[in-house]
Amino acid sequence: MSTAASFEIPYVQLLNEEAKPANDLPEFARDAEIMKKLYKDMHFLRAMDTKAISMQRIGRMRTYPGALGQEAVSVGAGSCLTKDDVLVPYYRGTGTMIQKGVEPHEILLYWGGDERGSDFKNPNCKEDFPIAVPIATQILHAAGVASAMKLRGQKGRAVLTEIGEGGTSEGEFYEGINVAGAWNLPMVCVINNNHWAISVRPDEQTSCETFAQKGIAAGIEVVQVDGNDVIAVREVVGKALDKARNGGGPTLVEAVTYRLCDHTTADDASRYHDQETHDKAWENEPLKRLKAYMVNAGLATEEDLDALQAMCKGEVDKEVEIYFDYLENKPQKPEAMFDYLYETLPEKTVPQREEVIRRAK
Amino acid sequence: MALVTLIEAVTMALAHEMEKDTDVVVMGEDVGKNGGVFRATEGLQKKFGEERVIDTPLAEAMIAGLSVGMASQGMRPVPEIQFMGFVFPAVNQIMTAVARMRNRTRGRLTMPMTIRMPYGGGIHAPEHHSESTEALFAHIPGLKVVIPSNPSRAYGLLLAAMRDPDPVLFLEPKRIYRAVKHEVEDNGEAYPLETCFVDQEGDDVTLISWGAMMYETLQAAEKLAAEGINAEVIDVATVAPMDMTTIFESVRKTGRVVIVQEAPKAGAVGSEIAAEIAEHELLSLIAPIERVSGWDTVMPYAKLEGQYMPTVERILDGVKKVMAFK
Repeated sequence: MSTAASFEIPYVQLLNEEAKPANDLPEFARDAEIMKKLYKDMHFLRAMDTKAISMQRIGRMRTYPGALGQEAVSVGAGSCLTKDDVLVPYYRGTGTMIQKGVEPHEILLYWGGDERGSDFKNPNCKEDFPIAVPIATQILHAAGVASAMKLRGQKGRAVLTEIGEGGTSEGEFYEGINVAGAWNLPMVCVINNNHWAISVRPDEQTSCETFAQKGIAAGIEVVQVDGNDVIAVREVVGKALDKARNGGGPTLVEAVTYRLCDHTTADDASRYHDQETHDKAWENEPLKRLKAYMVNAGLATEEDLDALQAMCKGEVDKEVEIYFDYLENKPQKPEAMFDYLYETLPEKTVPQREEVIRRAK
Repeated sequence: MALVTLIEAVTMALAHEMEKDTDVVVMGEDVGKNGGVFRATEGLQKKFGEERVIDTPLAEAMIAGLSVGMASQGMRPVPEIQFMGFVFPAVNQIMTAVARMRNRTRGRLTMPMTIRMPYGGGIHAPEHHSESTEALFAHIPGLKVVIPSNPSRAYGLLLAAMRDPDPVLFLEPKRIYRAVKHEVEDNGEAYPLETCFVDQEGDDVTLISWGAMMYETLQAAEKLAAEGINAEVIDVATVAPMDMTTIFESVRKTGRVVIVQEAPKAGAVGSEIAAEIAEHELLSLIAPIERVSGWDTVMPYAKLEGQYMPTVERILDGVKKVMAFK
């Protein structure tokens, strides 16, 4: 017997668990401004999630999915996007969306039950997709956007999409990466492997040793990265996006991290997680590692970093104020449910709209 | 003017729009080199190239999902699902993205696409190739469901669908793909999607149908005329959102209604028409509404197909029932 083909799954870690850097750190990892921004943006995400979850507990937010412990994945990946790229996010991509330029209060508005949260006002986000809830549907949308870019011969643009590791069991995930490979599309897909698909473990999801290797079957470049190492995530996704923008085709990135929060506010992870594993995962969370690296590398003092972290709460509160202002002072008109169904509301449906207006008075 | 079949009219409309609008791309399984299994896209790849007439991998959800991404970029994809019986993997996309992206983004991203597919029975095709499941889609807010019944309408309605700012499911009754020929001028004139077509005027009874069943319905109307019964015949064409105004006007005139559909009877487009008439025009009715339809069964295979499909005889029996009321 000979070998028909063989494959390797590369793994990238640039800061190890002890925050010791690899020899060949990328240039940006020595840039204090870039690193401070990453640090602060990850803390902002954590502060926003914390606030959203506490608002949910007192009835001022609907179901909300946090990203505790996974901030390096979304912030690291999102930090590589330019305004010309298109983001096709999923429900745990709050960090990625904010990096692209989506206003945080828009994301709060969406999870607060208001459709206007997906009408992104930032001109840099006009082509970005709303949050995908039906699992893996977004992978095909990303491939479609990338197809449009390719068919129109646009250079310098790429699409970034994200999915959880559980989502990679969906047919539409395979269909999406398959066509991305077949057509050499400018698309990067990041798998947030946080070890939990609500209550289901990776070993219950697949017998694959890695989720990255699923891309091998699609014939595309794959890489597994330490998802608690923001430098590695940014480096890997940044290179993948650059490759895509230059006609080099798609990449599947698996970022290995751990979900330190519930799936959403409607979940209780203590029903199924193992406390010991959970506690151990806390030791490996991304912000602690990043802080240790930055202080050791002389990029910032501990006080600088604590000050950045402290700023986040006030900034989140400002976003919450805008969110409340929408809900309380500028609520959607009831007839809005009719006004974006079609460009022109069908004649048959007009009386329903009128009735809604009449009854709301 | 060219004398064309329904399927040739489809090709003609596709070619016309592709010529006019470079954002229009045709995509699907075997639509390129092979010109589609029914030849609806025959010659288009030669004319417009592989980048505008795209042979896709074999995955229906992907065809629909890719169209979502392309439409969000301002393209006007015209995906083909090879048979309506294979559309179901794509329903996730149609339901959660295609039909509601405009609403989800408050008008920021729109989905101008036309999803074409052959549907319906009567050609003794294999299992899963003959169902009429238009009602599943007619139930989805945000979609339009359009069904041509002859070559002229296939041309005019498909042009309208491709120019529509919202997603249209364009269901092509494959039994009549080559049944008749019409003189169709390739003049780029679209038909409206907002109105039914009144194909024959009459005072005694309103026959309402769409798609391939228009043939049996018109034949029945001809037989009725010989017996002195003047039927008004309406081709609904756009089954969602439906033009009830034209139907109500006819009901007020005739007071009798027979709805003819190939789909199973329960929870169907015919049910919606009957309910609308009952709600708004009950007092105009002389007789109870009669539905002539497929049975509430799984679509039988080729051998029993003939016993499933509504016939001219069954339509005439239905008309007799409503004419018994004076």
